[in-house]
Amino acid sequence: MSGFEITRKDDEKVAVLHLAGFLDAHTVPKFEEAIQNLIKEKKYCITVNMQDLDYISSAGLGVFMGFIEEVRENGGDIKLSNLSQKVYRVFDLLGFPTLFEIFNDESEARSQFNQLD
Amino acid sequence: MSKPKKQKYKLKISSITENLEIIREFINKIARKAGFSDEGADQIELAVDEACTNVIKHAYHFDSKRLLDISVLVDKEKIEIIVTDKGSGFDPDQLVAPDIPKYAHEAKVGGLGIHLMRSLMDEVSYSFNPGKRNSVSLVKYYSRKSA
Repeated sequence: MSGFEITRKDDEKVAVLHLAGFLDAHTVPKFEEAIQNLIKEKKYCITVNMQDLDYISSAGLGVFMGFIEEVRENGGDIKLSNLSQKVYRVFDLLGFPTLFEIFNDESEARSQFNQLD
Repeated sequence: MSKPKKQKYKLKISSITENLEIIREFINKIARKAGFSDEGADQIELAVDEACTNVIKHAYHFDSKRLLDISVLVDKEKIEIIVTDKGSGFDPDQLVAPDIPKYAHEAKVGGLGIHLMRSLMDEVSYSFNPGKRNSVSLVKYYSRKSA
């Protein structure tokens, strides 16, 4: 697919953003806005499902870095799930796996949050 | 597939982020045709995206009237991509490899692209002549397994 799309799906505690397409310097404002909206709503338990994300550049990675501190300071986290091998390799190159929890499946990420109750 | 002899490609395109997708397809297609694996072509594509993003943002400050100038040279050893601009230039040697947790702490996100380029390619070099001609050269050899 061309372009970039975000869909949001919340359960009681966790907000899930599903990313699809290409996340680059052109499409990144959309992603930034989606995370900003969650923070405005004080939704700090965030899972980003990347099952349909075909591409990510440092512009996209920068968003995770830019918001993670604020989210964690408020008792939440940004957890990642369903990364393709291609997308995972980019995260790995910058050492993100030591900074973010990465799950094979969205439900695992969600249940990590729910276990905290 | 046998390795090609020397080939040259050139793309001149408006300096807007919307065009990154077209640039990536152009580069990816050439890299595959030159004989790189899917993974190798993906790495080259990402490195070129980062180089062009830097020019769009830092050299041309999102001025859509400026042009990105991308040259690709393929020979039997390597692919070389040269991205040229006529902007103000910056010194990447001043950038150290990012300390990721520190970056997160300070919410500083610049410099990641240059770090990625260096990880993805075998050679990354710059030349500067501010206002006249700055360029970054990205080289990847067939034989090396970088990143």
